[in-house]
Amino acid sequence: MLHKLTFRHGVHPPEFKELTEAVAVRRMPFPDEVVLPLSQHTGRPAKLLVRPGDRVERGDKIAEADGFISAPVHASATGTVEEIGLWPHPLGNYSTAVRIKVEPYSAQAPRPRMVPEWEGLSPEEVRQAVQNAGVVGLGGAAFPTHVKLTPPKDKKIETIIINGCECEPYLTTDHRTMVEYPERVQQGIRIMMQCLDVDRTMIGIERNKPDAIEAIQATLPTDLDVTVHPLTVKYPQGAEKMLIEALVAREVPSGKLPLDAGVVVQNVASVATIAEVFETGMPLIERIVTVTGRGIRRPSNLIVPVGTKLRDLLDACDGLKEDAFEIVFGGPMMGAAQADLDTPILKGTTGVVVLAESEVKAKESHPCIRCGHCLDACPVFLNPQLLGSLAKAERWEEMEASHLMDCMLCGCCSYVCPSNIPLSQLFQLAKAALRKRKAA
Amino acid sequence: MTKPAFLLTASPHLGSGDSTPTIMWSVVASLVPVVGASVYYFGPSAVLVISAATLGAVLAERVFGPKGALRDGSATITGVLLGLTLPPGLPIWMAFIGGGFGIGFGKLIFGGLGQNIFNPALLGRAFLQAAFPVALTTWPALGGSWWSLRGDNLALPLMSASVPDAITGATPLGLMKFEQVTTDYSDLMIGSIGGSLGETSGIIILVGGLYLALRNHLNWRIPISIFVTVAVLAAVIHALSPERYPTALFMLFSGGLMLGAVYMATDMVTSPVTNKGCWVFGFGIGFLVVVIRLWGGLPEGVMYAILLMNAMVPFINRATQPRVFGTGLREVST
Repeated sequence: MLHKLTFRHGVHPPEFKELTEAVAVRRMPFPDEVVLPLSQHTGRPAKLLVRPGDRVERGDKIAEADGFISAPVHASATGTVEEIGLWPHPLGNYSTAVRIKVEPYSAQAPRPRMVPEWEGLSPEEVRQAVQNAGVVGLGGAAFPTHVKLTPPKDKKIETIIINGCECEPYLTTDHRTMVEYPERVQQGIRIMMQCLDVDRTMIGIERNKPDAIEAIQATLPTDLDVTVHPLTVKYPQGAEKMLIEALVAREVPSGKLPLDAGVVVQNVASVATIAEVFETGMPLIERIVTVTGRGIRRPSNLIVPVGTKLRDLLDACDGLKEDAFEIVFGGPMMGAAQADLDTPILKGTTGVVVLAESEVKAKESHPCIRCGHCLDACPVFLNPQLLGSLAKAERWEEMEASHLMDCMLCGCCSYVCPSNIPLSQLFQLAKAALRKRKAA
Repeated sequence: MTKPAFLLTASPHLGSGDSTPTIMWSVVASLVPVVGASVYYFGPSAVLVISAATLGAVLAERVFGPKGALRDGSATITGVLLGLTLPPGLPIWMAFIGGGFGIGFGKLIFGGLGQNIFNPALLGRAFLQAAFPVALTTWPALGGSWWSLRGDNLALPLMSASVPDAITGATPLGLMKFEQVTTDYSDLMIGSIGGSLGETSGIIILVGGLYLALRNHLNWRIPISIFVTVAVLAAVIHALSPERYPTALFMLFSGGLMLGAVYMATDMVTSPVTNKGCWVFGFGIGFLVVVIRLWGGLPEGVMYAILLMNAMVPFINRATQPRVFGTGLREVST
């Protein structure tokens, strides 16, 4: 089967990965306090298990999953629960969070715990262990990982696709994971393949990470059908639908899931976390975060306790430069700008990008001149020009008829728009309005 | 500690760097050599007519348009392009009115930039052609001093135009249509021919278009499909009756085809947004140009061809929407 290892349309933003792509991961010191929101994943927020004044040790469960599409939250440092209340959340709202005062001089050693031997476990037990460890997708969306390990009975999975694209500019989290922890990635793949009973795994990595491709290539298991595929560097190559098209030349049907194309997609860092759970028995309480951008003094890849406040993370990178202008959680294409330095890093926070004034998108907007550049950029072949004008007139239903729900908010249309019309923002608004209307 | 104020905007936080004013002004910049060629061939008359048309357009935008709209450069394009479609000897008050009409009734009345259906420069020219049919079809002969005016440029408004002091010539298309006289290809391509100010140098216009296409400031599919359509149709018809109909090369390089195909039909606002639609749009223009030129009452048909296809754009857009990813698939067999 011959096809190009990419998708059609998309954009080529400058990469800026050179700031951190060769910087080895280091562990940041424990901050004085951590703030753990109960909602760090897609699905129901976790149910609280602790009360103010409780002493918790690193790795203790402080909130449990509320149903199937949910994940528990664990203490990322040993200390005392100071307060449970509303706290700034990276999405821009306030949500219930547990604030833990970290014990000074603590060794931060977790309790001794039993590490299950995964090879002897049934798929159900593996899923249970993954959910108990609070593992969610580390690529940004934070979808609970055990759900992806639980395909419906009637859907046959042919291929596991491991997402090592990291197509967002600036970010190098997945890159460093592949370079420094390739065995963990392979081990995670092994566990997934057994759990899902799948024979084939394809690892997609953009060509701009030759050292990652090499490291993964060098550690490939010899007894399993696992292959590495260097992909064209293009945004959004790491979007599930685009990655599936690139690797297996199949379109995920509109409104359906990758499962419907016989595929499960998992991010490399999430796979490595699955392996870690069965290696150390530790739940997901820390992750690799890229702190980068022209506005930070010491761009770094850090192992960060989940719940670390932005302020403490920036301090661990020697602070902001004078021209720091905008702070984004996630990549600059899809990430969310932050207003408050007390906002915590979540399980799904891939990076913190501090942009300088000279590089942020222009503020001035012009009327649409129907240049059609957005149509050429949209990776799912929508007509953002039409959708944008409908959005401005608040004609939500017509937008839905024009396939608004297929929009994944990748931002390509806004990126190319010469009139600087906030298209993806309008689409996000329209989606929210439609959801609200349906709920009512 | 006081909270530092950081910028809060929705994603994406980076942009491609292209902006609407950049696009517009790069079009203006690419027109500079075209204007230069017309000045070379038609002397001070070219400067007067193009300036008057531009002034009319810019003033209308300034007076009736939204505040600050001049900075986006679109009114300047309209004015310069209109000027390039006019005969060198046109009284400049007419050019001025044409520019004002193009912006006022061609653009602002629809709601300003991005809202108009018809190319404003061509609408201005269509208005002038209807209002002053004689002045719009009076072509100066070539030759004479560079410094001489090519007509009664400085005629007072609404006075009957004086008899042009230059001997009236004809355009290659007019010669072809009414007198069955052909013009040298080399003259056509470099522009030493009679005609409108910007009809004269096909090569320079093509270079400008190439520059814009490389910067992705015009959709190359439109001029290419116009050229191919005109060339193929003209070649077929010429082959059927060589003595009655001109060759494909003549059709491509005569009249306003180059200027129209490269600069007028590619106006982003009034052309389709889909690439497939651009092919259809260009084909329609090419077809109409050939039909009007060969069998219509006028020697030239580019203006009406483009205006007619402008009116079709909403339908073309609707009919050429891309297939949304993941729709219209055959049943996935899993």
